[in-house]
Amino acid sequence: MSEVPSDLRYTATHEWARLEEDGTVTVGITDHAQESLGDLVFVETPAVDSIVQAGEGCAVVESVKAASDIYAPVDGVIVDSNSRLTEEPELVNGDPYGEGWIMRIRPEDPDSLEELMDGDDYEHMITEEEEPD
Amino acid sequence: MGNDALIFEQGSPGRRATAQAPGHLPAPDGIPAAFLRQEAPGLPEVSELQVVRHYTRLSQRNFSIDTHFYPLGSCTMKYNPRASNSLALLPGFLDRHPWAPTRCGQGFMACLWELQDMLAEVTGLAGVSLTPMAGAQGEFAGVAMIRAYHRARNDDARTEILVPDAAHGTNPATAVMCGFRVREIPTDSDGDVDMQALREAVGPATAGIMLTNPSTLGVFERRISEMADVVHQAGGLLYYDGANLNAILGKVRPGDMGFDVIHINLHKTFSTPHGGGGPGAGAIGVGERLLPFMPLPVVGRDESGEYHWVTEADRPRSIGRLSAFMGNAGVLLRAYVYARMLGREGMSRVAEFATLNANYLMTRLRQEGFQVWFRNRRASHEFIISFRREAREHGITAMDVAKRLLDYGYHAPTAYFPLLVPECLLIEPTETETREELDGFVAAMVAIRQEGIDDIDRLKGAPYAMPVRRLDEVRAARELDLAWRPGDNRTTDTSTATRRAK
Repeated sequence: MSEVPSDLRYTATHEWARLEEDGTVTVGITDHAQESLGDLVFVETPAVDSIVQAGEGCAVVESVKAASDIYAPVDGVIVDSNSRLTEEPELVNGDPYGEGWIMRIRPEDPDSLEELMDGDDYEHMITEEEEPD
Repeated sequence: MGNDALIFEQGSPGRRATAQAPGHLPAPDGIPAAFLRQEAPGLPEVSELQVVRHYTRLSQRNFSIDTHFYPLGSCTMKYNPRASNSLALLPGFLDRHPWAPTRCGQGFMACLWELQDMLAEVTGLAGVSLTPMAGAQGEFAGVAMIRAYHRARNDDARTEILVPDAAHGTNPATAVMCGFRVREIPTDSDGDVDMQALREAVGPATAGIMLTNPSTLGVFERRISEMADVVHQAGGLLYYDGANLNAILGKVRPGDMGFDVIHINLHKTFSTPHGGGGPGAGAIGVGERLLPFMPLPVVGRDESGEYHWVTEADRPRSIGRLSAFMGNAGVLLRAYVYARMLGREGMSRVAEFATLNANYLMTRLRQEGFQVWFRNRRASHEFIISFRREAREHGITAMDVAKRLLDYGYHAPTAYFPLLVPECLLIEPTETETREELDGFVAAMVAIRQEGIDDIDRLKGAPYAMPVRRLDEVRAARELDLAWRPGDNRTTDTSTATRRAK
């Protein structure tokens, strides 16, 4: 079973978001997402200072199976991106909630994080993802 | 033996292809000094026989449709009858110069005119242009015509193309190439486009929708007429991606489903070897509304039965030209021969047998306990099985099965596509396989699964009988190594790969 930390917020598209003390939001992909994608071979991180809207594709992760967009969980401005991932995409597989973080966003509205799923809801969602009949 | 060495690694300085021929020819006169090379090009210095043996050995390792069952299907390579090729290679076709006057090419033009006519008939559309030189160019032409249509009506607010999430990746790419924004429409749990989401997405910004039917999920969009109404009422047009046309050939016509434009991969459905990178032919068909915008030239026929090129003088609103002359004439001729050989009746037998074979194979695999995705749906010409359960319970992944199939003499089906289905194989047997071949494939699948249950480590090591064993795909992608340079010796010095990737 994949790990779903209870102190993070989640999107239906499998990003996690964490509100930091300085008011920025760190974003990555969930353990479940990295497990489904398989070994990552490439990560394209967003340019710092670019303006993003919630639901907008702003980074790309690529595994041997597929390339997937990473969507911004909230409106805001990119203040940092994890440049280590260019050389070491495997960090996302090894430590999706830590060293494998993808970007930091200064949210337009810090409360917007509240609209995302909590850990219980997300865990419920991924266990519900059963095959169709 | 050195058989696996690159051709570059086999030479010897100064060796030439024709060792017994007279010595070096003098350099030609009259080339300006500025254009003369300063050093010799880094070409292999090998004998003619070394070249012949090298490439013959490589070709003997091919997993090809001529030697093996190839369940990638029409998507990549269905069987192409030899007759199509032989007739397309008649000297009258081969030696015809593209600038020859039309009075000298009436036979060639008659073939193209009839092909246009047959394709219009089989797709249910009003006109066909054969000029696009690949499927991607056909898609581009189709969406460019949608853009030209809205622009001609001064309907500039239509900036969005809708694309279902099951679509081929080329569809959103084409829409973006043509300057549109892409809006994704989800699929419901039965594999149909989510109608509620479609209704919410259409509006004054909708330029059109791009659909594959049957979809990449191997099922027919059952509410296609309703979808056509929804999109048309909103002012958008319907684009049909012809990737899966093999499934419905001669049975259902995209024009009758409400589509306004289609591209047909003649190199997939109509008998040209494909999968080696081309050449292809992405003929497009259009309904009445898009006729003025078709790419040129097309072949016209006047009242006396004489053929001529239809040009910009006749169709000033055309989106223009996509090839220097008339598209890939060789591919078009093969398609023509194939279509004439099949005739109307044969055309529908393609779809019937492609569908019958797919449903037979799907049913047999289900009986053997494999998990068929959308198990309540009839397959079109292809179907999906998922190894999610086997992966969870035994660690057997779709990739393990794909690799092991090679040892059993079967080319692997498409793996990990469509992206919506976990641990999947997409299987398309096509119309030309025998029942014995399909039964053999089922037996191999059953045997492979049992091997995985008995000894997963052994399965993970597959393939065993191939010249190249399991590749480290992750490392291959992370440490790209695509070019040889003098001094490289990749068979012993693996560190060069890493160095060059940086």
